[in-house]
Amino acid sequence: MEIIVCLKQVPDLQQIRIKRETREPVLEGAPFVFGAFEKNALEEAVRLREKHGGKVIALALGNAKLKDTIIEALAMGADEAVMLTDPAFAGGGSAGTAQALAAAVRKIGKFDLILMGEGSADNYSGQVTGRVAELLDLPQITYARALSVEGNRVRVTRDLEDALEVVEAELPVVVSATSELNTPRLPPLTAILKASKKPIKTFTPADLGLAADQVGAKAAVVQTLSNLAPEQERKQVLFEGDADKAVDELLKALQKENAF
Amino acid sequence: MANVLIFSEQDTGAFELLSKARELGTPAIAALGKTNVGGYFEYGAQQVFVGEDARLSEFNADGYADALAQIADASGATIVLIGSTKRGKELAGRLAQKLGCGAVMDAIGLAMQDGKIVAQRYALGGNTIATDVITSARQVIAVMPKTFEAVKQPVSGETVRVELKLREPRVKIVERKAKPAATANVEGAETLIVVGKGFAKQEDLGLAEALAHALNGEIGCTRALAADYHWLGEERMIGISGKKCKPRLMVSLGVSGQIQHTVGILGSKLIVAINKDKGAPIFKIADYGIVGDLYQVVPRLAERLRR
Repeated sequence: MEIIVCLKQVPDLQQIRIKRETREPVLEGAPFVFGAFEKNALEEAVRLREKHGGKVIALALGNAKLKDTIIEALAMGADEAVMLTDPAFAGGGSAGTAQALAAAVRKIGKFDLILMGEGSADNYSGQVTGRVAELLDLPQITYARALSVEGNRVRVTRDLEDALEVVEAELPVVVSATSELNTPRLPPLTAILKASKKPIKTFTPADLGLAADQVGAKAAVVQTLSNLAPEQERKQVLFEGDADKAVDELLKALQKENAF
Repeated sequence: MANVLIFSEQDTGAFELLSKARELGTPAIAALGKTNVGGYFEYGAQQVFVGEDARLSEFNADGYADALAQIADASGATIVLIGSTKRGKELAGRLAQKLGCGAVMDAIGLAMQDGKIVAQRYALGGNTIATDVITSARQVIAVMPKTFEAVKQPVSGETVRVELKLREPRVKIVERKAKPAATANVEGAETLIVVGKGFAKQEDLGLAEALAHALNGEIGCTRALAADYHWLGEERMIGISGKKCKPRLMVSLGVSGQIQHTVGILGSKLIVAINKDKGAPIFKIADYGIVGDLYQVVPRLAERLRR
C-alpha cells in the first residue's frame, strides 16, 4: 500500500502569549510542534504499512521550521517526505493549501490512501480534507476512529455526534483521523537518528505546475480582519495550604459573588 | 431571488439559520433526502428547493455537495450557510471547492459589513477569535449549532423541485450504531462541574457527583474522559471539539486547562478551579482557585455546601 499522510505543523498553543493591552496573540517564541490529529493519521498509516507492506509518504506545507516535524514523522515510521516550504506557498489558507497538497499528491503519482487529521489543532477548520478529495475527485471519509483495509477496499468506523457509522469505499480514498483512532508511538532514539537519512524532497510551485497566483496569499479567498483573544477579566485569586481553610476562604469569596 | 441558501442536516439548525438569514438577505433552503418541507416556511424560507433523488437518501458528503452546488447555481445564491455539525463541516469544505470559493467553518457570529458577510470563529486552538471576510464571489459558511435563536416568521414561500445530476455514492454505509441519547445538557446548565484527568479512576467521579448534587449542577468533562476513557458520555465533552458552555458558576476539578478545552468554558460568568499543580493553565482563566489535592478539597467543599 502506498499511503500519503498530510501533516501540519502548528504553533504550540499552550505557549501563545496574549498582549494584555491589545489582546493580540504573540506567536514569536512559541515553538512549532507536530499537529496532534495528524500524529494519529501518521500512526495509522505506519500500522497499515506494517500489516500490508508498501510505503508511507509524509507530505506537508509549512515554513522554514517544518523540517523538525518532518524528521519526527520519519522517526515515527514514514519512509519518505515531501516538503512544500517555498515562501510562495505561505498565506494561502485552506483553499491555497488544498490546491498545493493536491498538486503534490498528483506529482507523487502513485497512492492508495490519503490520511490527514480531522482538523488542525490551531484552526480546527477541517476544510482541507473535502477540498483535497474534491480536487482529486476522490471519495472522502471523515472522523475515522477505526480503519481497516482488505483488498482494494477500506472500511472505516466514523465517529459522528449521534452515531458510529461503519462505511466502505474502494481505494483510493481520502480519510481524516480522530484522536481516538490510535495512540501514536513515541519513536526510539535510534529511529530519530536514522530519520534524517531518509529521503526528503522539496517541491516549489513551479515543480507542481502551479502558477504564482494559484498558491499562497494570492490564492487566498479568506481575509482575516482581526484575530484577538476574547476579553477575559478573571480575578485569579488562589487559595493554598490547609484544605479546610482554603475551602472556607473559597466559600466566603463565592458568597460575596452571589454565586449560589 | 434568494441570495442566501441554507442547508442543515438537522431541522433545528435549519430554523436557526433561516432566522438569521432573514437579516442577511432573502433566504432559501435546500431540502435534500426528505419530503416534509412545510416547517421551513414557518421560519421565513422564501423558497424550498427539493431534491428528491434516491442517491440522497443517505448523507454522503460528495453527493450532497454536488446537489448543493447545483441548487446554488439554480437559486443564484451567493451565500451558503450550513449547520456546522460533523456532517455539515465535511460537506462545507467539499462544496466550497466545487464552487471555487472561500469558506469559514464553525462560525460563532455573522454580520453584514459593507455588503460583505463577516464571520467570527475561534482560532489558534481557542486562544483567539478571528474575524474573517470571504473575498470570493460566493461564500460558504458553516455555522455552529445554537449560535442563533430560531424565531418563527411564517411566509407563503415557494417549493421548487430541482432535477439533480448526481452520480452513485462512492462511500457505502454498512452499519449505523446509534449512540445512547444525550442525558446531560451541559450547554444549558447554570452550574457546571467539570472533571479532568486529575481523577485517577472512574469510581472517583463520585466525588464530583456529590459536589454537583450539593450545587444542583450538571457534570461536564474534558475530551480525554469522554473520548479516550469513556467514563462519561460525549454529550458532556467540553471544548473546541465538544460543547461550548456559559454557566453562572463553573467549578473545574483536576483539569489542567489546555486551550482546546478552555475555549468551551470561557463564556462562564465565574470560574473556580481546583488543581494540585499551581502552574496549571486553568488558574490563568479562573476567578478563584484552590491549589490542592482534589481528593482532599472536593469532599470538604461538598460537605460544607450541603450544610
